[in-house]
Amino acid sequence: MLEIKGLTAKVEEKEILHGIDLTVNAGEVHAIMGPNGSGKSTLARVLAGHPGYEVTGGTITYDGQDLLELAADERARKGVFMAFQYPVEIPGVNNAYFLKAALNATRKEQGLEELDAIDFMTLVKGEAKRLQMDDSMLQRSVNEGFSGGEKKRNEIFHMAVLQPRLAVLDETDSGLDIDALRVVSEGVNALRSPERAFVVVTHYQRLLEYIVPDHVHVLSEGRIVRSGGRELALELEDKGYGWIESAGAGARR
Amino acid sequence: METATTKVFEDLAAQDYKYGFVTDVEQEIVPKGLDEDVVRLISTKKGEPGWLLEWRLKAFRAWQKMTEPTWQNVTYNAIDYQDISYYAAPKEKPKLNSLDDVDPEIRRTFEKLGIPLEEQKLLANVAVDAVFDSVSVATTFRDKLAKAGIIFCSFSEAVREHPELVRQYLGSVVPHTDNFFAALNAAVFSDGSFVFVPKGVRCPMELSTYFRINAKGTGQFERTLIVAEEGAYVSYLEGCTAPMRDENQLHAAVVELVALEGATIKYSTVQNWYPGDKDGKGGIYNFVTKRGTCRGARSKITWTQVETGSAVTWKYPSCILQGDDSVGEFYSVAVTNNRQQADTGTKMIHLGKNTRSTIVSKGISAGLGQNTYRGAVKVAKGAANARNYSQCDSLLIGDKCGAHTFPYLEIKNTSAKVEHEASTSKIGEDQMFYCASRGIAMEDAINMIVSGFCKEVFRELPMEFAVEAQKLLSVSLEGSVG
Ligand SMILES: Nc1ncnc2c1ncn2[C@@H]1O[C@H](COP(=O)(O)OP(=O)(O)O)[C@@H](O)[C@H]1O
Ligand SMILES: [Mg+2]
Repeated sequence: MLEIKGLTAKVEEKEILHGIDLTVNAGEVHAIMGPNGSGKSTLARVLAGHPGYEVTGGTITYDGQDLLELAADERARKGVFMAFQYPVEIPGVNNAYFLKAALNATRKEQGLEELDAIDFMTLVKGEAKRLQMDDSMLQRSVNEGFSGGEKKRNEIFHMAVLQPRLAVLDETDSGLDIDALRVVSEGVNALRSPERAFVVVTHYQRLLEYIVPDHVHVLSEGRIVRSGGRELALELEDKGYGWIESAGAGARR
Repeated sequence: METATTKVFEDLAAQDYKYGFVTDVEQEIVPKGLDEDVVRLISTKKGEPGWLLEWRLKAFRAWQKMTEPTWQNVTYNAIDYQDISYYAAPKEKPKLNSLDDVDPEIRRTFEKLGIPLEEQKLLANVAVDAVFDSVSVATTFRDKLAKAGIIFCSFSEAVREHPELVRQYLGSVVPHTDNFFAALNAAVFSDGSFVFVPKGVRCPMELSTYFRINAKGTGQFERTLIVAEEGAYVSYLEGCTAPMRDENQLHAAVVELVALEGATIKYSTVQNWYPGDKDGKGGIYNFVTKRGTCRGARSKITWTQVETGSAVTWKYPSCILQGDDSVGEFYSVAVTNNRQQADTGTKMIHLGKNTRSTIVSKGISAGLGQNTYRGAVKVAKGAANARNYSQCDSLLIGDKCGAHTFPYLEIKNTSAKVEHEASTSKIGEDQMFYCASRGIAMEDAINMIVSGFCKEVFRELPMEFAVEAQKLLSVSLEGSVG
């Protein structure tokens, strides 16, 4: 479904990603781990098509098409979703209204009929309930005045409503208490299916106890320095990132 | 950072004006230039009584001694007042006994603008007065209004039919010497609307005037007077458009509102004069004086404006809160795109006790647009317990535009409570990316963010027009592509 080859990218004239290779098949969950500043969010933003990040080399193929040719909104309408590490506030824009515009833009692209207000509200209320979100969050402005945890939950809520094919979750676990983490993980697990793939970015292996990955990759200084199965995350937890960094340095030598 | 988003902001700044056509209709235009003879000519053409001509002449003489204001935060080419024609009217001015008398070309113009004059086709509850260049060409629903004792007609007609009312209130809020442009208007005003709602009457429908400049080389100087007697209520809306022309045209209107005890006047404007092209060529100079007096106790005046057009806007709809417990409100959205400039705001003058005022100003700047909020809150010595709340928010789209805020306070009573909040935000790349990541296209995202920003003002507009205003706003910010 997703094939990244030799990807290099820069922001503000500084190269951050130095050659990433990653293949994600439909139905799989890949975890990307790594210390702060290693380029995890950069990778997520490049996948989502942030215009401030310039791809300087390599290719990204999604469902057989060149993802880099598409603008961010086109990618989203083709089923690529990113849950933000720091969700953005949009004052004055009602959360439900925003999501309705998003969902209908996507449905239009897929040749589906737009949902009317009633069907839409039935859908979002159901999803909100599953994520144990208060209904009032639907009527508040997008992320405005939301607590850190509410913002993260809202990201997963957007994902649940939009039903993407490829979801990139950027540190969705940070800022969540254990109960919220469980609810959010259940939301993600409910969406797991043979047609859908996830790239789960996290700093801690704790999240991976709830969302069990098929593959784990360790990112360090803009490179994937190690890939493995679920056990790699546990090993990391034991030995800390220092171990990987020296290993990464070793691998480059 | 020169990125794709910046590019989109620049594209958005290239706007498309959809009302720029010219109507081909025979017109009577007086030669350019201004002197006492021109003032007399206008008055004669309108068959005015002697007192009104005298008033015009006094205004003209005062104007000659005045100088054009320069304190506003806008720049424009000097206006040559002798190079303007001060009167233009469709020829064979119809005797307006029936709508059928309206010139079919003019009728088509208003239809093109979405203002059908046939009463049955109208939005259920809106009466329209249509002003084409200097002359009012049609007023709808007059009979129904007359039954309630409400007068809604062109200014000229009011002078003919209700001279005593006009004489009583004309210039009582904006004197003929008030300021340079108001004095000019008093000397040469051509037409406009007149509304009178008698004691205890609640006007059963929205009243609306639609102004259209069509002729070339002319100015438009209309004058509106609205009087609501004790306990009366009226909601009034004005709209305006003009053809696209390379020249700048002057529009210097005056609006006076008088609210007696317990009366309420809601005055809403959707201003969409031609803004000029993207390089700043052409467009209307919109130099307007609007003021209302809450003359009686517990009266209320609300100004709501959505200003998207004009090359240069200079306008401060104000309230004189004379009656005790009277209320003044000002809700404004002003958009400047490309090279448009707006210097707009309000004055709230608290004279009576327990008077309250609210100011909500939303300035949106895009392209190279410059948007200035200028507002004054004055509390007189006798105005015990006056309250004011002001909120001025600016939204920047792109990084070549500007927003400026000049709040003035003059408080002479220590019991006054005055609050001022201001914010400036930018539609940031992060917000745009967030919308994009959910599948929302750039222009839709900007419209959504802008509408969210203007929400508090739009909800003050009559329902029928809130939708129009929203559309207008998105057109103003629309790119030339698509
Ligand atoms: N918009 C940006 N401007 C400047 N530097 C950036 C920007 N985004 C990321 N970086 C830099 O790129 C590096 C990787 O950051 P990031 O991808 O956020 O790491 P992670 O998510 O793994 O913590 C850091 O050095 C960071 O400072
Ligand atoms: Mg990060």
